[in-house]
Amino acid sequence: METLAMHISNGIVNGPVAAVFAAFALAVLTLCVLRGRRDLDDRLAPMAGLVAAFIFAVQMLNFPIFTAGVSGHLLGGALAALLVGPWVGALCVAVVLVVQALVFGDGGVAMLGLNVTNMAVLGTAAAYLLIALLLRVLPRTPAGLAVTAFVSALVSVVVASQGFVLQYWLGGTTDLGGNLAGLAGTMAGVHLLIGIGEGLITATTVVTVAKVRPDLVYALRALRPAAPAPVVPVAGGAR
Amino acid sequence: MSKRPWGFVVGGLLVALLLAGVVSNYASSHPDGLDSSLLKGCTVDAEGEITGGSCPAQQERDHELADSPLADYGVRGLDNDFLSTGLSGVLGVLLTFAVGGGVFWLLRRRGAQPPTAGAQSPTADAQSTTAGPQPPADDASRAARSR
Repeated sequence: METLAMHISNGIVNGPVAAVFAAFALAVLTLCVLRGRRDLDDRLAPMAGLVAAFIFAVQMLNFPIFTAGVSGHLLGGALAALLVGPWVGALCVAVVLVVQALVFGDGGVAMLGLNVTNMAVLGTAAAYLLIALLLRVLPRTPAGLAVTAFVSALVSVVVASQGFVLQYWLGGTTDLGGNLAGLAGTMAGVHLLIGIGEGLITATTVVTVAKVRPDLVYALRALRPAAPAPVVPVAGGAR
Repeated sequence: MSKRPWGFVVGGLLVALLLAGVVSNYASSHPDGLDSSLLKGCTVDAEGEITGGSCPAQQERDHELADSPLADYGVRGLDNDFLSTGLSGVLGVLLTFAVGGGVFWLLRRRGAQPPTAGAQSPTADAQSTTAGPQPPADDASRAARSR
């Protein structure tokens, strides 16, 4: 059977660059622990455990992206940022990546800093910046939440993919003969398509949670504090 | 006080277990976006091994823990692919929840004491001083709004 690798494998980026990103990832995750503790209470902690477990599960579900022989899977940064906030969300994705590297042989242990930087740090940060912007300007409806989730998820995947391109530029093990732009373009194109899948999964999941337990969606608590819950004034006022 | 999350968490876990334990068997087996981009320029055989050409993945080495009992999302020694993938997924979801939930539970702010009253353990004390007066204020304003 072919190996089922989803993240950066050993030998793709050289040791020194991987070590620098490991230090960077560790520093950012430490900051996330310090800032995330403000958010982590008796209600958010179990929710964050669930978000990590859910991301692990959905990452296993590679979906076709309608270009020959290529699949995509959820990264989860936007989903985590929406449900448990940016600081705890980045930690959730990092937990998934650590479990995958140490137990499932997915993503080299020596490459963990690179994978954490791209998916946990860059992906979650890009997503939350967009979430914070979009939730403020879009209407407070399930559709507004869905659009926010879709766009932030899509963009976060492309940003994460370009994080890898930067790392490969700094320490890639094969000389591309100056064709870094080719790699950047290929990565961006493929991950734009994957981002559509990521966006659909993220929007579906978050809208579902918001319907069942709106109080458990961090982004709605933190960014739309005036609305106690998306008990959207049943659109009747507009009619 | 807000509603407890436990019922929701259990329900969510069941969904995750179903996805990782059953649906995972229907996932696409094609290389993902990263893998396929890294193989561009190389020719690959049916096993996914590089047979020639030049591409970013050609220096790829084995994983440090490639012999782990759950490596590559399968249970070693289990011949049935369906069970192997599903069981590894179920174990992964439970393990991730245990690790993540455990870490977050230990890191959480305890109780709703004001910052000066929260000095029980030395670490908690150090954290609350670095965190400053913001969390209680934040909490109070949130609580006020939700009332």
